[in-house]
Amino acid sequence: MANEVIFRHLESKGDLSDIEVYRSVGGYAALEKILREQTPAAELIDEIKSSGLRGRGGAGFPTGLKWSFIPRGLPCDIYLVCNADEGEPGTFKDREIMMRNPHQLIEGMAIGAYIIGATRGYNYIHGEIWETYEHMERMVQAATEAGFLGDNILGSDFSFHLFNHHGYGAYICGEETALLESLEGKKGQPRYKPPFPASHGLYSMPTTVNNVETFACVPYILQHGGDHFLELGKPNNGGTKLFSVSGHVKRPGNYEVPLGTPFTDLLDMAGGMRNGKKLKAVIPGGSSVPILPAEIMMELTMDYDAIGKAGSMLGAGSVIVMDESVCMVQALQRLSYFYYEESCGQCTPCREGTGWLHRVVKRIEEGDGKQEDLQLLVDVGNQIDGFTICALGAAAATPVRSFIQHFRSEFEAHIEGGKCPIPNCFLD
Amino acid sequence: MSEAMPNAAIVLSAEALAAIDYEVAKYPAGKQASAVMSALRIAQKEKGYLANETIEYVAAYLSIPAIRAFEVATFYNMYDLKPVGQNKLCLCTNLPCMLNGALKTAAELKKQLGIDFGETTADGEWTLKEGECFGACAAAPAIIVNNEKMFENITPDKVATFLQEVAEQNQNKPAAQSQSKESTNPPDKI
Repeated sequence: MANEVIFRHLESKGDLSDIEVYRSVGGYAALEKILREQTPAAELIDEIKSSGLRGRGGAGFPTGLKWSFIPRGLPCDIYLVCNADEGEPGTFKDREIMMRNPHQLIEGMAIGAYIIGATRGYNYIHGEIWETYEHMERMVQAATEAGFLGDNILGSDFSFHLFNHHGYGAYICGEETALLESLEGKKGQPRYKPPFPASHGLYSMPTTVNNVETFACVPYILQHGGDHFLELGKPNNGGTKLFSVSGHVKRPGNYEVPLGTPFTDLLDMAGGMRNGKKLKAVIPGGSSVPILPAEIMMELTMDYDAIGKAGSMLGAGSVIVMDESVCMVQALQRLSYFYYEESCGQCTPCREGTGWLHRVVKRIEEGDGKQEDLQLLVDVGNQIDGFTICALGAAAATPVRSFIQHFRSEFEAHIEGGKCPIPNCFLD
Repeated sequence: MSEAMPNAAIVLSAEALAAIDYEVAKYPAGKQASAVMSALRIAQKEKGYLANETIEYVAAYLSIPAIRAFEVATFYNMYDLKPVGQNKLCLCTNLPCMLNGALKTAAELKKQLGIDFGETTADGEWTLKEGECFGACAAAPAIIVNNEKMFENITPDKVATFLQEVAEQNQNKPAAQSQSKESTNPPDKI
């Protein structure tokens, strides 16, 4: 049942970036049908609601519900935005979707625009993947020339213009309101919510922001029905999901499997552990979600609810696998540096707190830590989490708390021994 | 938008201005500020880095206050506010890359180039930077050259071949970065 939605046809049919190949496997048929039959938006939203599709960017918010929030019948512009600013350590699925099945994303965005009444859309692409941006520029042009984007699409009175916007290196722009600020040509600093983008988004107009994978699921759902998509996964966790498996596995990469697939199956697909080493820990949803030790992970199924119950989050499905050789303190030190480096500086608890977290973890790693540092780290984390405009603050505190919770003895060994017990574990 | 340009010496080529106009056209009328990120990228590619005068020029071209362009240029980390080498290498060392030997790759790059992160070789050929997640963790360790070309799976044993390939590629297209050598600021340590 792998490769059912996003990567279907990929192996059998060749290059789906060729619009004719995409059309030959039923591509753009969902959009054509909707425009031909002028399907009411409410009907399409109901279909998406019934599919159980939840936002694939990390938050897992139900997509149909999100689209129903856009006010209708207002005399103003409505915008549709795709969040392709994929920079969460461990996440690399959107790049692959855009490179290997770009028209499914474009078709999903065009359908989304039809549903919410948008006439303009932007695809905000991560700065570091220039080649993907250039690829999407060509793909949008091809879709426009084929009549699937632009004015009066396929002879209907629906018009939708899609543009790619290239980021330039800021993790925070993956946060949707920071992304909107950035699209307006500003620093990517998150906005207070409310008001939410559904009422005040891009240029203060109603806007919906969805992830690449979310949009790419939509044509499939409308072609095969919401119930069918739901049944691919499990209740409340509809469909398949791309899992980006990185770290100490033999075959790192993206694997599309039904939600609810056991972690052990996913690990097998990725070739299992490299060099015969034992699994030590997994970050199941990208660097911002709590780490889980091997013994918990091996019992889990990969879906929003099961991972949530185990005390972590599915996030964007970014599975970072670590073997027994990893020094958890050094791993945490690198993640803490990331949040310190990428804090936008707007909220004092995050701007100052992320620096504290990094400096204290670093001194523990270097053998200069004190016993009270562990409590200090937890305290600083608690003073960031919940006191910032956006979720980056909580994201910085989460690894610190969960690494200490599950691997406390390693931190204590660093402090008591006055040095790292596995020095240079990333250099040998 | 050509009137009252602040510094004629900074003027961008007709190709660069056409590329900026193409970006401006992506946004609704009056929202040309949205194109500032692309405009700065285009200017940086032509000039090698973003001097203050270049940023001011871009702002004037887009009819936005200069401070708006400065805010953007200083916020996003792919903009270079000082001259960089002909080949700017940005190595991701974040956790997934680190698990796959990025620190060893870093050590090898530093050894072969004789510079640390954030430095440029004395001959102005190479700059080495430490990057944050590129979204390519299955390709770890990953390196981006001159903000555009990503090289994947650069393990320490591949560093020498990688450097040679980059050097050869950029010899074939010498035009882009030549301005940085004309700069009055020596492209030394940044």
